[in-house]
Amino acid sequence: MSSPTPTSSLADFAADLVSGRITVIDLTQTLSADFPTIALPPEFGQCAPFRLEEISRYDARGPAWYWNNFSCGEHTGTHYDAPIHWVSGKDFPNNTVDTIPADKFIAPAVVIDCSRETAANHDFVLTRSVLEAWEAAHGPIPAGCWVLLRTDWSKRSGAAYANMKEDGAHTPGPDPEAVRFLVEERDVLGFGTETIGTDAGQAHHFTPPYPAHFYMHGKGRYGLQCLSNLDKLPATGAVIVSPPLKIQGGSGSPLRVLALVAS
Amino acid sequence: MIPPKRKNPLLRTRAALQPPAARSRTALGITAAAARGGFALQVCAACQAVQYPPREICGTCLHDGLAWRAVPPEGTLIAATTIRVTADPYFRERTPWRTGMVAMDAGPAVIAHLPAGVAQGDRVRLAQKLDRAGQGAMVALPLAQPGDLLDDPMMREMTCDPKDRRVLVTDGRHAVGQDVARAMLAAGARVWLGVAETWRPFAAVEGAETIELDLTDADSVHRCAASHGGRLEIVVNTGLHTRPGGILERGDLTTARVEMEAAYFGPMRLAQAIGPALRARAADGTHPACAWVNVLSVYALANLPSWGAYSASQSAALSLSQALRADLRPIRVVNALIGPLDDEWHQAVPPPKLAPAALASAIVKALRDGVEEVAVGDVAQDILARFRDDPKILERELAS
Repeated sequence: MSSPTPTSSLADFAADLVSGRITVIDLTQTLSADFPTIALPPEFGQCAPFRLEEISRYDARGPAWYWNNFSCGEHTGTHYDAPIHWVSGKDFPNNTVDTIPADKFIAPAVVIDCSRETAANHDFVLTRSVLEAWEAAHGPIPAGCWVLLRTDWSKRSGAAYANMKEDGAHTPGPDPEAVRFLVEERDVLGFGTETIGTDAGQAHHFTPPYPAHFYMHGKGRYGLQCLSNLDKLPATGAVIVSPPLKIQGGSGSPLRVLALVAS
Repeated sequence: MIPPKRKNPLLRTRAALQPPAARSRTALGITAAAARGGFALQVCAACQAVQYPPREICGTCLHDGLAWRAVPPEGTLIAATTIRVTADPYFRERTPWRTGMVAMDAGPAVIAHLPAGVAQGDRVRLAQKLDRAGQGAMVALPLAQPGDLLDDPMMREMTCDPKDRRVLVTDGRHAVGQDVARAMLAAGARVWLGVAETWRPFAAVEGAETIELDLTDADSVHRCAASHGGRLEIVVNTGLHTRPGGILERGDLTTARVEMEAAYFGPMRLAQAIGPALRARAADGTHPACAWVNVLSVYALANLPSWGAYSASQSAALSLSQALRADLRPIRVVNALIGPLDDEWHQAVPPPKLAPAALASAIVKALRDGVEEVAVGDVAQDILARFRDDPKILERELAS
């Protein structure tokens, strides 16, 4: 992976940021009450949607200040998955959002553009052969980077975004072999998507179910979901800034995800 | 009746005055009977004399054991008059107003409000109805009730017929909300049916207008109030989040919080957002805002431990409804108490179970009857009767 304008020092980096030679792209969906959350069968515990309750707004409850209480799940909106989120990752050291080393929160990214395939097939499955074809064009996926699946799913909203049918959600995601390839043969940092989860909507029918969760977290890797603006990123060369909230023992958290891109 | 005329937007919306509300503690027996749709007067335990007006000792034998009992409501209208001038601000706006004296077959003579059409000498059936102050009032009705009785101006003050009114039904995702919407449409109402999380698939109800409404989301509630708050006459809060589970077996609060959001915080948000506008329109034209309906589990009265957390959320909702009843007046707060519904969450519960459509019909009937409490279905009626009999015994029975 090569950067068009490599920075050799922090001072150069800062200068590039100030001058606009590096642009900052927000990959975050707005946290709002009507943004879809993962839908599980109702007999299971559910992820709370985002909620905002006003404390005061320059009124009798607080004359000069406006503020809110908010509530949500750790996996609401654009959010980060820590390894402890999945049973396969429950025994790793430093597997919660508060103990993951901070240097894991800034990392390069590659973007696999499958937006054309996804437009034609909502159940598009990212396979090893798709990844190998990408590598043939862009070079090997480097160790320690985020792999972001671009589907343009974030351009959808509401029912089209959740895409729930009678047999569940129909959204794109990787198959088990693709995830194992990324983790075991490419040693990536994590996997990110534009959809509600890192796995496909129908991934409970895969073996193992939810392979992105199972294998990524099973190797102590991370997840990002509900990303947006992936269409503004280059295939290689972007740097992702994604520190989750430092929740004690947390399995994940909503977060602001930023991409640094050479312009 | 012709659909109501559209209001003249240049005229002030009249404030909702209330008829005189002062009652002695004893006289509230009539209010209690009216609230439940019954008819009761005090009966002397010693000489069996039926008493009216309510009093502390028997008017016949001076015995002080006067219990409220159901008594035959029939009688003869022996005098009728039309009031054209009155100093009371509420009645002043509503003259001419007919009243009369009924000689009850059970004994006492009673002064009662009269609808059009009953005349001196007629046989009548007395009814106890809640007036716009929420207090019990005597009404004399013809024995053969005309079909348009609920259109009578006096009866409109006592009842909440959905016909030609605009109704918000809060939860169109639940079979109860959907069937209430259908029943309201069949009763001649215009219906807005709230649906939360419209990103999940849902089935619209034909004839009802679907709106986004999630009572657990303050912003959603405020948007609904902004769009519809000023043009609603009836709100039916059907928010039911019914999940089995005792307190200890659940082991956490996640489901309990959702139950409290659905039963207590959500309706409170809606009341805060829409209640003031509803109350302000309680005398707006011929079809003013009139009612707020809650669907509540009868286990709000006494906890069913196998559904312990759910029952507790319903107790909170019941208490909220009592506070709202005072705050929203003259809007009538109606509680429909239910036992197990014939739905997915009561799959393992043996019949009798309440069909959502039967509940919906009962709600429409409660509005037309003008009551503020109705137990719908065998289980709810049984539990309510046992609750009135002895709450402690009921508690022990449910916990056994």
